[in-house]
Amino acid sequence: MSPTNERKIVFGYGYRRAADQDTPAPVRRPVVVVGAGPVGLAAAIDLGQRGIPVVLIDDADRIGEGSRGICWSKRTLEICDRLGIGEKLVAQGVTWKLGKVFLGDDLVFSFDLLPEDGHKMPAFINLQQYYLEKALVDRVGQVDAIDLRWKNKLAGVEQHNDHVQLTIETPDGPYKMDVDWLIAADGARSTARDLLGLTFSGVTFEDKFLIADIKMAADLPTERRFWFDPSFHAGQSALMHRQPDNVWRIDLQLGPDADIAEEQKPERVTARLKKMLGEREFSLEWISIYRFNCRRLERFVHGRVVFVGDAAHQVSPFGARGANSGIQDAENLAWKLAAVIKGEAGLSLIDTYERERIQAADENIAHSTRSTDFIAPHTPAERQLRNAVLALAPKAEFARRMINSGRLSVATVHDTPLSTPDESVFAGSARLGAPAPDAPVRGRDGRESHLLENIAGEFTLLYVKDGAAPQAPEGIRLICIGEDLVDTTGAIAQRFDATPGAAYLLRPDQHLCARWRAYDHAKVKAARERALGA
Amino acid sequence: MGKLVTASRFPDPDAAYRALVEARRGSSVEAAAELDTRLVLILANHIGDMDVLAEAIELAKGAG
Repeated sequence: MSPTNERKIVFGYGYRRAADQDTPAPVRRPVVVVGAGPVGLAAAIDLGQRGIPVVLIDDADRIGEGSRGICWSKRTLEICDRLGIGEKLVAQGVTWKLGKVFLGDDLVFSFDLLPEDGHKMPAFINLQQYYLEKALVDRVGQVDAIDLRWKNKLAGVEQHNDHVQLTIETPDGPYKMDVDWLIAADGARSTARDLLGLTFSGVTFEDKFLIADIKMAADLPTERRFWFDPSFHAGQSALMHRQPDNVWRIDLQLGPDADIAEEQKPERVTARLKKMLGEREFSLEWISIYRFNCRRLERFVHGRVVFVGDAAHQVSPFGARGANSGIQDAENLAWKLAAVIKGEAGLSLIDTYERERIQAADENIAHSTRSTDFIAPHTPAERQLRNAVLALAPKAEFARRMINSGRLSVATVHDTPLSTPDESVFAGSARLGAPAPDAPVRGRDGRESHLLENIAGEFTLLYVKDGAAPQAPEGIRLICIGEDLVDTTGAIAQRFDATPGAAYLLRPDQHLCARWRAYDHAKVKAARERALGA
Repeated sequence: MGKLVTASRFPDPDAAYRALVEARRGSSVEAAAELDTRLVLILANHIGDMDVLAEAIELAKGAG
């Protein structure tokens, strides 16, 4: 990865000396998160909302060097909603669902993400990463448990039996902190990873891609457009996607032999874009030249250091699987770490973070590798096969289905020991190990809302009314469907295959972990213990 | 068109593409063409239907 400039400071923050820098001996903290990007911020807020004190450090003092990630998936938005910024993001972002694929200059294939009705969050929004980060930083300011320290650079990690000693460099010089847990969310070029001497295994693609964000007042439709071999960029691929503020993401494949220094010169970029955009007026916001990696760490948990997001795994951007999967890592880890720190669960629960999120990373890497294989074939022989698929596509549906310009991120169905296997058959879209499907509901006060926003980060039992509601075991909040929340459209009945008396146990990350046709106190209690790694 | 099925039949078309691309990974264009020719013969025999074969040839030629 070699991102290159046009650096723009969008939001600046200041360094402040922390009291920890003035103590004679290192202060002990339960959790330090390194890296205030989307993943680190989400992890800090999730832990902070659970009452865990968090120190979040970042080596910079600003956010917003280019748009970077722009596509945020439904599951990410649901998580952000639980973290308090979901509605803001959707209001600020561009909601889209239509994608078009062109061969040459002709439309060959289009897809509609066809979001199911009755979900609070759309399938996807586009929003510049700096706006998402700004919203998260604003939210951090409202959570007392979080201490965000800019210009604090991780410089040393020393593993001990039950803690990690960090050395942190600041404008006032270095200081040390002893932490029970270090969450490494410091991105693709993770310092924490280097300090532990860890390396990736996976594939690097030779092809180079130009990513440009441009400002342009164009009345083009809000859809994802992807071209194979267009006349304006012969022999290569191109992508165009709308962001708010009349900003457009343009992604041009440059091939393996492109000269990075030459290609990032603004006049060169402008010339390429003019071929694409014709007479339209535009200005450059951000330029970057990338080579893609599809790779991950062998393990995500190293003693008391836990890797999340790009620090743990990397994919190509086709499919929007990078930042989205990172935020899902953060959510998966946060409730588990909080349970361990509060003494509700043993250390083995952290190993299930690794198991579940390595499964997700492998799924994302597989999809991303397939997409990149199709978009940027490695050899002439592979290009020949790819071109055969494209040539057949206008005439044969099977070939259109093989066209791969990125398979978009959806939440992973975790195959996990934390789930209690079903005793009965359930139809519907709800899956063990996956986030519960959303549905419209009405509360006791008559207020219309959605199911997931009523499940705010604790073990929750959805019980379908059949006489008097039971008393749920300790540590589980019971929501009686038909009493506390009314299934106004029948979506819960359908999506959960909900019958009177049925009960569904959701983890603190809203994942379904057990379900029964009838309530059984002992079984519900055991399922919660199992989901806590017992 | 008569008997040739052009609707997608693989439950996971990406996996099918992946298998085909991996079969030629590291091959020259010539070696890949030889592989493809053998694949054509194997699959044509598996189909075992002259009408389907004739239609498939026509579709492939027309897409070039």
